[in-house]
Amino acid sequence: MASIELGHYLTLGGVIFLLGIVGIFLNRKNVIVILMSVELILLAVNINLVAFSIYSNDITGQIFTFFILTVAAAEAAIGLAIIISYYRNKGSIRVQEINEMKG
Amino acid sequence: MENINLFLPEIFLVLTILATLMIGVFFKNSYNLVTKIVYGILVSLILIILNSFDESFKLFSDSYTSNSFTNFFKILILIGTFFILIITQKFIKENKINNFEYPVVLLLSVLGMFIMISANDLILFYLGLELQSLALYILASLDRNNLKSNEAGLKYFILSALASGLLLYGCSLLYGFTSSTNFDVIGLKANTKNLGAIFAMVFILVGLAFKISAVPFHMWTPDVYEGAPSSVTSFFAVVPKVAGIAVFIRFMQIPFNQLADHWQTILIFISLASMILGAVAAIGQTNIKRLIAYSSIGHIGFALAGISTNSVSGYSSSIVYISIYVVMNLGIFACIFLMKRDGKYCENLKDLSGISKHHPILSISLLIILFSLAGIPPFAGFFAKFYIFMSVIESKMYTLAIMGLLSTVISAFYYLRIIKIIYFDDVNKPFDKFKDLGISTTLLLSSLILATFFVYPSYLNILVKTLIIN
Repeated sequence: MASIELGHYLTLGGVIFLLGIVGIFLNRKNVIVILMSVELILLAVNINLVAFSIYSNDITGQIFTFFILTVAAAEAAIGLAIIISYYRNKGSIRVQEINEMKG
Repeated sequence: MENINLFLPEIFLVLTILATLMIGVFFKNSYNLVTKIVYGILVSLILIILNSFDESFKLFSDSYTSNSFTNFFKILILIGTFFILIITQKFIKENKINNFEYPVVLLLSVLGMFIMISANDLILFYLGLELQSLALYILASLDRNNLKSNEAGLKYFILSALASGLLLYGCSLLYGFTSSTNFDVIGLKANTKNLGAIFAMVFILVGLAFKISAVPFHMWTPDVYEGAPSSVTSFFAVVPKVAGIAVFIRFMQIPFNQLADHWQTILIFISLASMILGAVAAIGQTNIKRLIAYSSIGHIGFALAGISTNSVSGYSSSIVYISIYVVMNLGIFACIFLMKRDGKYCENLKDLSGISKHHPILSISLLIILFSLAGIPPFAGFFAKFYIFMSVIESKMYTLAIMGLLSTVISAFYYLRIIKIIYFDDVNKPFDKFKDLGISTTLLLSSLILATFFVYPSYLNILVKTLIIN
């Protein structure tokens, strides 16, 4: 029975990270899903940091994780606030319809 | 015993932000009051920083550093913020976005930039970066009832959050492969044999390039510049770029010091692509704010060209470049805030047609600023580009120099086209006449600096060089 090593955690982190990025680019429906994808990216980073922290016997990584959790919460709050004010003006948060300006 | 006095600028900034927030909440219609206080804060911060300009030290177990290099950038940021607050007053009041939160959020993002520039530790750097970005998200969507502003905020939020995520992933890898978050330790351990660190460096470069809107991570710039209220656009175009360049230089000098061969290639590519795209894509634009967005992408390309040489003269030339860029952009935004016709602010190039008949002074200042942006001697923009190309050629990067020169020629086309529209096109209705001391002073100062820079051009360069060597 193989034990779980650093590599496994890193793979897990990498996969979740990729899921987050793909989620942002492939999502064509809802802005909330993009917000969730951003959270996924930050969580992947947290998994990475904690794994590194354990395997290099250094507590800094876990401290970093706490800061990231806090920042992620703040970011989600501001993101939701922007989405709400967008919804008030537009009446929809479909991603295809965010095209007031070209580009 | 660490001396907390050395940390004074940031402590002062935090306390005054909290205090002004309270004042804003407890007084009714407190926009004017809060703005005046914020002017005071900015000026006193400049004085505080000047007071201990040359002191170099590290605080909090080496996680925070302050020296003449960071102080120079902090003062540049403060000056930029101060003048932007001055020139945007009229615009803000007339568009009824005079919420007292605006100057306070501006200060918060300045605080974020301070921390970002001075950070000597990945955690602190990330917190500073996020503080800056979160404040900028709010600023971009400040005009709550305007769909365009909301959309700009939303776009900026999504893309910037993605960039922060990439940067953070890079930070986690860097931590894993060097087992430290301190820049100095990372600088010792991240050498060319450490493949994980190189991988991490690429991620961090992507995140940083996004923050200063370098190609290929520039997609958000034109949309956000166009959608956000002009007052916020002017802030976006000036201040975060200064902080971004400062952070770029710090990252290249300290943690990635030993990886120079690797990041030089990436930076050369980014800088080339930014210069060319900035020159070519701006040609077809009709909206001034979009045009400035592309022009700023091009200018960032030049500043990065200086950094990519990895030499003292390269770094100092890009610092000189970004300082002159600040002056030029303050001037051009002061002009934009003067362009008001029938009570509405104009944003299209067509609106400028033939204004030289009715507004000779405004046209002359625009002429100076646009010549300077195009890099035509004897204006300051020429010397900025001159130093960049000098250092690039000194480092024997001839391709970069040649492509840079070519893109300067291309970009001169659209700058000169605006001058042609101003001076030779059919006369349009004159702009509304209004007097605003702040805007005129800023415009005057900016054009004066740009026009008289040639008298002693090496002054700034020598000053900056001594900063770096210290």
